[in-house]
Amino acid sequence: MSAPEIDRTLQRLAHEIVEKSGGTKNLALIGIVRRGVPLAQRIAQAMRGIDGVDVPVGVLDITLYRDDLSKVAPQAVLRSSDIPFGVDNMDLVVVDDVLYTGRTIRAAMNGLFDLGRPKRVSLCVLVDRGHREMPIEARYIGRKVQTSDTEIIEVRLQEIDKEERVVLVDRVE
Amino acid sequence: MSTKFRDLLALEPLTADELGFLLDQSKPFQEIQKHPLKKLATLRGKTVALAFFETSTRTRISFGAAASRLGADTMNLQAEASSLKKGETLLDTVFNLNAMKPDCLVMRHAASGATDYVARHLDIPVVNAGDGTHEHPSQGLLDALTIRDRLGTIKNLNVTILGDILHSRVARSNIHLLGKFGCKFTLCGPAMWVPRELEKIAPGTPIRCVYRIEEALHGADVIMMLRVQTERLNDPPLSADDYILLYQLDAERLRRASPNAIVLHPGPINRGIEITPDVADGPQSCVLEQVTNGVAVRMAILYLLISGATETDTHPALQVKSKESANASD
Repeated sequence: MSAPEIDRTLQRLAHEIVEKSGGTKNLALIGIVRRGVPLAQRIAQAMRGIDGVDVPVGVLDITLYRDDLSKVAPQAVLRSSDIPFGVDNMDLVVVDDVLYTGRTIRAAMNGLFDLGRPKRVSLCVLVDRGHREMPIEARYIGRKVQTSDTEIIEVRLQEIDKEERVVLVDRVE
Repeated sequence: MSTKFRDLLALEPLTADELGFLLDQSKPFQEIQKHPLKKLATLRGKTVALAFFETSTRTRISFGAAASRLGADTMNLQAEASSLKKGETLLDTVFNLNAMKPDCLVMRHAASGATDYVARHLDIPVVNAGDGTHEHPSQGLLDALTIRDRLGTIKNLNVTILGDILHSRVARSNIHLLGKFGCKFTLCGPAMWVPRELEKIAPGTPIRCVYRIEEALHGADVIMMLRVQTERLNDPPLSADDYILLYQLDAERLRRASPNAIVLHPGPINRGIEITPDVADGPQSCVLEQVTNGVAVRMAILYLLISGATETDTHPALQVKSKESANASD
């Protein structure tokens, strides 16, 4: 995906979320650290263009809620979560870059439910690459991509990576 | 980019980067203290052994709360009830605890260096919760976190420490931490507790000993009180009344410090001895924030040490260059 494609996709996702949520009332976006955060902020910006309303954006680091303590990244660096609004009775849309096994989203839900009781939680991802290990599906999907286990979806975003693209690469073993 | 810590025995050997990393890692746990539901499952199934060979209330409860909020279980050993009374050696006691397979040992002991000694004989991470007059690293970290939250920085501050500095591991941990961030220290108290040799305990850090509290407080950004161990006032003799007259922090003396100065105290406080109640409860006092931050700092320590000690080198995902760019773990 090129930069303009990513932009168009996010515009469409913003429209879809507003449409299916029946407006932006009680709506909030939760970006998953790291690349879900700029994506959520961009979707919120697009929503401002649609509805003229500022949808609150929270930041969630799921490291502490993982089910695989230290296996992936021993002494993983924790980043701060920042959800400056109450989640009770909110309509939350969790935003992440890639949906793969579903474990990140399971962890995110554990984290969110420690903060209160949202009315609804749905999921928005830029890329759905399949290979789920959990009964989790995204309600809003930028693009579905068929992948094999040995491939990696690399999402590069301006805010973090100083470049903008999504590519499929082979894992270096 | 994460730094690998095996044990946490002292702050002295750590670099400013490592200390800053530990403080940064405490921040997510400070947020969790504000959640309605404070319990995580991150360390579910792990056990933390708390071995306090010297009595403690606050630190032991704080480590216990930290462990349980991370989802870990605790095993408790308290000096009064232990078989040390029956003549068992320190190492035998610790080996017996270790045979019950804890994942981490948190230990306090009246002898300086006891924690280092035990850590050399164990393959699980060991956290020093205070050893003699040597160090109390988690207290140093929680103090620094409290200062950073209140003043916005821990760099280049004027720090005044008041009281029995000779016997204080809290003072040493604070000097070793804050000294690496350019803080200057003024130590003040009766001469028997503030010997001049203390000026040399942290080479490179400016430390001066003064004996008049008015001089010590002048221009201070941070005032650290230490508990006056009243049992030590008798030897050599100094009456509590004299101590109050010469060294008590009251509102009038506090005015000599910088207007934004904050007051820290590791507790327990002797109200009316080293500090007046109006200062202890006043807007410049941080004593309860220190206690709250203590749980966050200790959660960060336990999280880092226990997650770092769990199967690190065999998992294939480790070969992927980094978690973020690979989303191998998604």
